[in-house]
Amino acid sequence: MKTLYELKKNEKTKVKTLHSRGVIRERLVSFGIVRDAEIEVKNCNFSKDNIEISVNGTFIALRSEEAKSIEVI
Amino acid sequence: MIKNNIIRVAVVGQPNVGKSMLINSLSNSNLKVGNFSGVTVEKIEARTVFNGFEIVFIDLPGSYSLKDYTIDEKVTTQFLDSDEYDIILNVIDSTQLEKNLYLTSQLLELNKKMVLILNIIDDSEARGIFIDSIQLSKLLGIRVEKSSAKTGKGRDDILNSLILSARENFIESKLQFSQPIEEELENISKFLVSINRDGSRRESLKLLRGKKIDRELAPILVSASKHLEVHYADLSIDEIFSEERIAIANGIAREVSKMTITKNRNLTEQIDEILIHQLYGLPIFLFLMWLLFQITFELGSIPMNLIDSVVASFGEYIGNYILNNEMRSLIVDGIISGVGAVLLFLPNILILFFGISLLETTGYMSRVAFLLDGFFHRFGLHGKSFIPLVTGFGCSIPAYMSARTLKSERDRLITMFIIGFMSCGAKLPVYVLFISAFFSSDEAGNILFGLYLIGAILGLIGAKILRKFIFKGEDEPFIMELPTYRLPTWKLVWHTVYIQALMYLKKAGTFILVASILIWFASNYPKIETANLIENNISKTEIKKFELENSYLGLAGKIVQPVFEPLGFDWQLTVSLFTGIAAKEVVVATLGVLYSVGDEVDETSESLIKKLQESIPLATAMAFLIFVMIYMPCFAASIVFVRETGKKIYYLYLLVFTTITAYISAFITYLIFTKI
Ligand SMILES: Nc1nc2c(ncn2[C@@H]2O[C@H](COP(=O)(O)OP(=O)(O)O)[C@@H](O)[C@H]2O)c(=O)[nH]1
Ligand SMILES: [Mg+2]
Repeated sequence: MKTLYELKKNEKTKVKTLHSRGVIRERLVSFGIVRDAEIEVKNCNFSKDNIEISVNGTFIALRSEEAKSIEVI
Repeated sequence: MIKNNIIRVAVVGQPNVGKSMLINSLSNSNLKVGNFSGVTVEKIEARTVFNGFEIVFIDLPGSYSLKDYTIDEKVTTQFLDSDEYDIILNVIDSTQLEKNLYLTSQLLELNKKMVLILNIIDDSEARGIFIDSIQLSKLLGIRVEKSSAKTGKGRDDILNSLILSARENFIESKLQFSQPIEEELENISKFLVSINRDGSRRESLKLLRGKKIDRELAPILVSASKHLEVHYADLSIDEIFSEERIAIANGIAREVSKMTITKNRNLTEQIDEILIHQLYGLPIFLFLMWLLFQITFELGSIPMNLIDSVVASFGEYIGNYILNNEMRSLIVDGIISGVGAVLLFLPNILILFFGISLLETTGYMSRVAFLLDGFFHRFGLHGKSFIPLVTGFGCSIPAYMSARTLKSERDRLITMFIIGFMSCGAKLPVYVLFISAFFSSDEAGNILFGLYLIGAILGLIGAKILRKFIFKGEDEPFIMELPTYRLPTWKLVWHTVYIQALMYLKKAGTFILVASILIWFASNYPKIETANLIENNISKTEIKKFELENSYLGLAGKIVQPVFEPLGFDWQLTVSLFTGIAAKEVVVATLGVLYSVGDEVDETSESLIKKLQESIPLATAMAFLIFVMIYMPCFAASIVFVRETGKKIYYLYLLVFTTITAYISAFITYLIFTKI
């Protein structure tokens, strides 16, 4: 399973599956992070605890835990 | 249809879509505009009159969805469910159609009249996004208007649409879910009709979504959810609906919008390449903060001498006209030195607020939350805590309120407990006063920055301790939008600074004025017999000192002073700590009164700065600064703290926590500086 967290900066791919459940999943979905959505890693912070991704023109910051729960192609 | 020609409009939208700005442009009011979530934390009303109708706008906190994810969203959801309003004005950012339409699809389910605003159209058109608003209007079954709150475009069309829709009958939305859901909805509806109940789509939806428990329908609902589970790989009903919504939003966005030019990277991405760079991001942020405090001190101290001498000569001038000694002392030593001491710092305050409002309006604030989350997380805080914390540099009151953007109660409480460590604007006068007295002007800016930094670091340590011992538990996930960078609207930055200036002056003219009078009174009475001292040839200054020490304030100060003896505080400093609880600026006003009483009234009054230099050693001054930095919040902030935490016991915790920390830290500071 390859997750969003393993992507390099400026790497583009598509979302395969969301592994989180409940409200977190709903929040991710409401930002457009769903199966087949195109996703790109933009930046990460110093400790690499957080990454910034871009989906449909929206920039979203995630913590590594959340990024690891997003499976990509 | 419309009562008294008044139309109540609930303005709803995701964060940063320009709701507040749009309301300002529609109604010529001055609601606060910012570029991060959590600026509008409470609903605010503004009104306008158009074509004979009075239109009332209610600015609700930005919500990504109608899910009670944060307190903000709870306020909005509750308002929409149970308050009185005629129309929903759904404002959306036309550069992010899909994400915004997610909320729209939820709003349509509320079965209320609705008008959709495609805001920020200036930006989306510049980026080459064309939106077919007529087609969008057909698909959603509601009126749609294009608008730019920035340029005022579409203003009259929006007001017209609101009035038209208020007068029309309500039409149910035509949004369709995917096949399996529609099938189940129809089943439920048919069954409801067969047992003579309301078989409307709205009712069926509520039942299917489990928002209503119903014995009669239990079997049919169970089979419906089994059927859906098969289709949706075991998702819960809420999860299914969230996917449905984004699918609908995506479908509509694709159908109505066209990109004509495709720019590879927009400005926001380019700026972020630098500002949130993995290596330079944090140093840039620290540099910007350092710069802010440097400017606050340097630029702010330029008019200080001027204000100081104006106040002094004003006192002298007035003093010459007052014959009665007591009266003159009250006005010159009490009111003018008390209020004047506080006025001195107006320029510093304005610069600080200007800086903070720049942070707020440009969108940089969320970036810093991103940069700091990893670091904050280790201390038991959340990246989003940065927003209330930095607001705390201005004033703790809005800071406590903006902590509402934090979803987890624990994160919110910890953040609120340490907001006090972020020195608020009212403490700035105390800092500037002492720094001016004890450091050269080259060092001053750095010392000021250092103080704020120490506060922040102590706050982080405090957070860690609270997390470890008091508020234990799971972490809140970090999912945060980084909004598009926008140039600040100068009108609103100006407005924020202007309001702050006005509030500061008002406080000086009322609260601090009264406090100065009380302090003057308490420091001049009771009158004691000094005749025999004069006979004994004791100098006038000595006599004044003796009188002061035996005044109410002096006596009270002396009773408590032993507690602060280890920190080196004299009784004047001790007293000012207590009066400072009313408001932190009062610390300065108190010192202004207490240290000016030793003077001959008609003498050119020496400035407070010089007085402090003479009467206090450096170690005491530093310990005092640290104590003021940490000890309990002012009266007004305490009230808000209790209200926002919802429990009085937390206030008790806060008092114990801050007082102990203040005392220990001040003591350590004192030791360090006496050793040097
Ligand atoms: N270019 C452009 N910027 C806008 C427009 N409306 C709002 N903004 C900016 O968007 C940001 C968020 O505005 P605000 O009113 O606080 O949004 P709210 O969170 O929905 O209340 C601010 O920086 C505004 O200056 C618009 O129509 N065009
Ligand atoms: Mg707002």
